[in-house]
Amino acid sequence: MRVYLDNNATTKVDEKVLEKMIPYFSEVYGNASSMHGFGQESNKAMEESRQKIAEILGVGANELVFTASGTESDNMAIRGVAKAYKRRGNHIITSNIEHPAVKNTCKDLEKEGYEVTYLAVDENGLINIEELKAAIKKETILITVMYANNEIGTVQPIEEIAKIANEKKIVFHTDAVQAAGKLKLTPKETGIDLLTISGHKFYGPKGIGLLYIKQGTRLGKVLTGGGQEKRRRPGTSDVPAIVGMAVALEAANNHLEEEFKREADLRDYFEDELQKKIPEIVVNAKGAPRLPGTSSITFKYLEGESILLSLNFKGIAVSSGSACSSDDLQASHVLLGIGIPVEFAHGTIRFSIGKYNTKEEIDYVLAEVPPIIEKLRMISPLWGEFTNNK
Amino acid sequence: MQYSEKVMDHFMNPRNTGIMESPDGYGKVGSPSCGDVMEIFLKIEDDIIKDVKFRTFGCASAIATSSISTEMILNKNVNEALELTNKAVAEALDGLPPAKMHCSVLAEEAIKSAIEDYISKK
Repeated sequence: MRVYLDNNATTKVDEKVLEKMIPYFSEVYGNASSMHGFGQESNKAMEESRQKIAEILGVGANELVFTASGTESDNMAIRGVAKAYKRRGNHIITSNIEHPAVKNTCKDLEKEGYEVTYLAVDENGLINIEELKAAIKKETILITVMYANNEIGTVQPIEEIAKIANEKKIVFHTDAVQAAGKLKLTPKETGIDLLTISGHKFYGPKGIGLLYIKQGTRLGKVLTGGGQEKRRRPGTSDVPAIVGMAVALEAANNHLEEEFKREADLRDYFEDELQKKIPEIVVNAKGAPRLPGTSSITFKYLEGESILLSLNFKGIAVSSGSACSSDDLQASHVLLGIGIPVEFAHGTIRFSIGKYNTKEEIDYVLAEVPPIIEKLRMISPLWGEFTNNK
Repeated sequence: MQYSEKVMDHFMNPRNTGIMESPDGYGKVGSPSCGDVMEIFLKIEDDIIKDVKFRTFGCASAIATSSISTEMILNKNVNEALELTNKAVAEALDGLPPAKMHCSVLAEEAIKSAIEDYISKK
């Protein structure tokens, strides 16, 4: 059996989404900016998709800009605000568990003279609202806090953050890449100024993102080029991907509550059973509101890559927070941020359930994980020491 | 991570795992915070390594390099075993990804540490 439990990394494109995209490769293929009929056909599809997404989010179509990825949207938002509000101030507030697209963009801006406050989070990954208030000063021009965390699933108190930002007239951006398609997003009601979305996290294609820019929010340019997207973001429009993203978001939105419940039930069942079968494991961020399908489990006294590969051998796909399984050979900053000791951060696995996962698949995983953990613990000196000292 | 078949074999079927009650030589290197700890236990008679056991907390590379290095020193004279290099370990595994070469260094250090322990006790 092959079981894909890495949906937070990316998702399978829904067949219905793919079907709707196909005509826009070789049947309707004009450049959406071209004046002629070929172009206008493409343009119509793009604008209908934009309108569809706008209705789902409850925003104006003119407040949505298509980009090539969540990463690009984050860069556009954060660098855009930094540039546009430079004369007002140079201070940015964010959290210390952001996705690298936000974190590294902030780090880069620090080199340009911006000051960044990285708010600490508690053991469940939640920021402290009082600390946020205390961090605000007259130079603060941007608050950027992710809607829901990709590694541990924690959902931040976004309404409270937005309220504070609005009161202080500070631009509020949220990276909602993991939240879109899983939680109901209402940026206007919530008071969000900038919102990042990425198509491949909710059964749409890879290579397409979205940035909601509330009317009146100024953004400096990050990319320069042609005048597409009302001169806000240059580059030929990726019409098939735009169509795909809109269809995917609509499909997700139509089943939001029931799918939330289904995934949460499956995830909770998985965690309960796993804790019964395997000793010395920790379910992370359990005390915070979480994305329904995300399960971050620390297997003490073991290293993540070895667990990951052993599961892969059994056809099961997951991801790990260990240094050895990351590109930069560092243990996950998110896991360290919630106070997990580094040696346990190394032994943390993320299982992320999606709409295609079934109970049968979860039961298969529940059968395969315990023997793998047992086998690796048998050869672990840390486990040996722990059992000796019990 | 592109691992050779040999690495995957030694990772999935590690040789010589376990501990010894009274080893003639014992070495432990690495640190939990680095995500890599290796223990080597040696049984030595007349300077010949008669038996070797290992335990490793670490990634597939760490486990594989530990496993193959125990095979490489078994039945060898301790002085010969002291000459084991991480390069030789990596080659024996048909190579390691560049980012994982440091795991082979740990295997070399663990073995040297165990042999030096034996020598100091003689």
